[in-house]
Amino acid sequence: MHKYVIKRLIMLIPVVIGVSFLVFFIMSLAPGDTARTILGEDAPIEAIEALNEELGLNDPVLIRYGRYMVGLAHGDLGTSYKSGRSVFTEVMSRFPDTLKLAFWGMVFAVVLSIPIGIISATKQYSLIDSVSMVFALLGVATPNFWLGLMLIIGFSLHLRWFPSGGSEGWKALVLPVITLGTGCMANITRTTRSSMLEVIRQDYIRTAKAKGVGYRSVIYKHALKNALIPVVTVIGLQFGSLLGGAVLTEAVFSWPGVGTYLVNSIKAKDTPAVLGCVIIFSICFSIVNLCVDILYAYIDPRIKSKYK
Amino acid sequence: MENKKAKKRSMAMEVCQRLARNKMAMLGLAILVVLVLCAVFADVIADYETKVVAQNIANRLKGPSAEHWFGTDEFGRDIFARIIHGSRVSLVVGLISVSVSLILGGILGAFAGFYGGRIDNVIMRVMDIFLAVPSILLAMTIVAALGSSLVNVMLAIGVSGIPTYARIVRAAVMSVKDQEFVEASRAIGATNVTTIFREIIPNCLAPIIVQATLSVAGAILSTASLSFIGLGVQPPDPEWGAMLSGGRNFLRDAVHLTLFPGLAIVITILALNLLGDGLRDALDPRLKQ
Repeated sequence: MHKYVIKRLIMLIPVVIGVSFLVFFIMSLAPGDTARTILGEDAPIEAIEALNEELGLNDPVLIRYGRYMVGLAHGDLGTSYKSGRSVFTEVMSRFPDTLKLAFWGMVFAVVLSIPIGIISATKQYSLIDSVSMVFALLGVATPNFWLGLMLIIGFSLHLRWFPSGGSEGWKALVLPVITLGTGCMANITRTTRSSMLEVIRQDYIRTAKAKGVGYRSVIYKHALKNALIPVVTVIGLQFGSLLGGAVLTEAVFSWPGVGTYLVNSIKAKDTPAVLGCVIIFSICFSIVNLCVDILYAYIDPRIKSKYK
Repeated sequence: MENKKAKKRSMAMEVCQRLARNKMAMLGLAILVVLVLCAVFADVIADYETKVVAQNIANRLKGPSAEHWFGTDEFGRDIFARIIHGSRVSLVVGLISVSVSLILGGILGAFAGFYGGRIDNVIMRVMDIFLAVPSILLAMTIVAALGSSLVNVMLAIGVSGIPTYARIVRAAVMSVKDQEFVEASRAIGATNVTTIFREIIPNCLAPIIVQATLSVAGAILSTASLSFIGLGVQPPDPEWGAMLSGGRNFLRDAVHLTLFPGLAIVITILALNLLGDGLRDALDPRLKQ
C-alpha cells in the first residue's frame, strides 16, 4: 500500500510538468505585447523593448518554459507583473482562505448529501424521496453565483442574519459555504441514492435481512459500505468543480482567496499570476484525486488486495 | 437488407417510445422546444435594436409590469427581451462548444481506442493532463490568453470538454472494436478510418448522445460563469451571466435584474438535465433504477 502511495506521488511530477506546460503554452498564445500591457499604451518603445528583454519575453516559448520550470522546481512561480511581488507568496497568502471555503463547502455537501441519499434510496418513491430529488435536480441546475446572489438578497439584505461579504468570523462563512456546497451536495445526493438503490437489491443484502440483521445494520454496515465507491469518486470529481466554483463564489462574496486573485489577474493580464493560480489549483485537484484513490483501498478490501 | 432497416427503425422507435414514456424527460424536451422557438423567433418577439441594446434612462430599474414583463435594467432595457435574445447566445454557445469537444475529443478517443498501444497511451496521457485542470479554470485560462469574445468563449469551453469525450468515445470504441461486424468491415477491405467512422462510431452513439445533451447544459453554465466574472460575452450583448453580473449592483432595490436571468439559466439547465437523464434511461434501460 505504501508503495502504491509513493508511486502515485511520483506520478504527480509528470502531471505537474504537463499541466504547467499546457497552461504556459496557452498563456503564450496571448496576443499583444506584455511589456506594453505593463507599462501602458503610451510607454516609449525603448522602455517596452527593455522590459521585454528584462523579462526574457523575446526568447522562444520553450526556453521561457524551461526557465519557468527551473523556478517552479525551487518553489518560485515567478513575479507578478502587477504587484511586483512573488506569485508564490501572493497565492499562498490567500490560499488558506480558499482552502477554508472549499473544505467547509465539501463538509456541508457531504454531511447533508449522504444521509439524504440513503433516506431517498431506502424510502424510494416516498414523499421525502420526491422532495429531495426535486431539490437535487434544482441544485445541479442552479449556478452557484446566482444562488449566492439570492442568498445575499434573502439573508443579508432583508433578514440581516449574515454579512454579504468579507471573511471575518463564522457568520461570514455561512452563505459562501452554502453557495459553494449546494451543487456538490446535489450531485453527491443523486449518486448516493442511485448507488444505494443498486446495492440494496443485491442478494447479500437480502441474505443479511433474512438472517435477521437489524435494519440500521443492514443499511449502514452492509449496504452503505458497498455503495460508497461511486460516491467517493463523485466527491473527488466534485472537488474540481468546487475549486472552479470557489472562483465564482469568491467573486460574489468578495472573499479574499485565490479565486478573487485569479480573476483580478486575468483582467490585469498578469500572466505569471494566472499561471501560478491555475498550477496551484491543479496540483490541489491532483492531490485530492490521489487521496480518493487511496480512500478506495480503505473502503474496498478487494482494491486493497491488488496493491499488496 | 430490408430486415436490417426494419430492425434499425424499430430500435430507434423503441428508444423514442421509452423516452416518450418518461414524463420528466418529456417536460425537459417541452421546455427546450419553447427555448429553441424563443431563440429562433427572438427578433419577432422583441426587436433587437430598440428593446435589447437601445438605452432608455427614463425607464431605468422599472419593476415588472404589463409593458415590461420582467422589468427593466439599469439602462432602461427590457429584461424579458434581453433574456429572449440571450437564449440565442446560450444555445449557440452550448451547441457549438459541445460540437468542438465532440468532434475533437471523439476523433482522439476513437483513434486511441481503435489503435491502442502507444497511440492510445500518448493520447490518453495528454488527456489526463487536460483533466488535471478543472474545466472551468482551463476555460478561464484560454479566455484569459485569447481575450474575451463569444468565439473565444466557445473555443475555450469546447477545448476544456475534449478529454471527457475522448474518454467516453475511447471506452465505447474499445467495447465494440473486437466484434464481428468490425472484423467483417476489415475483411471486405475497408480502411481503418472508414471502419472507425462508418462502423464503430455509429454503434457506440448511446453514451455520446447522453453526454452531449448533458454537456450542452454544462457549456451554458460555463458561458454564464465566464460572463459573470467579465470574461465572456461583452456588453451590450445580452447574455444571462452578464445580465446577472450587471444586476449585482442593484440587489437591494431591483431584485428582478438578477432574479429573471438566473431563473432562465436554471430552467434551461434543468430541462437539458431532465432530457439527458431520460435519454440515458431510454438508450440503456439497464441503467434505470
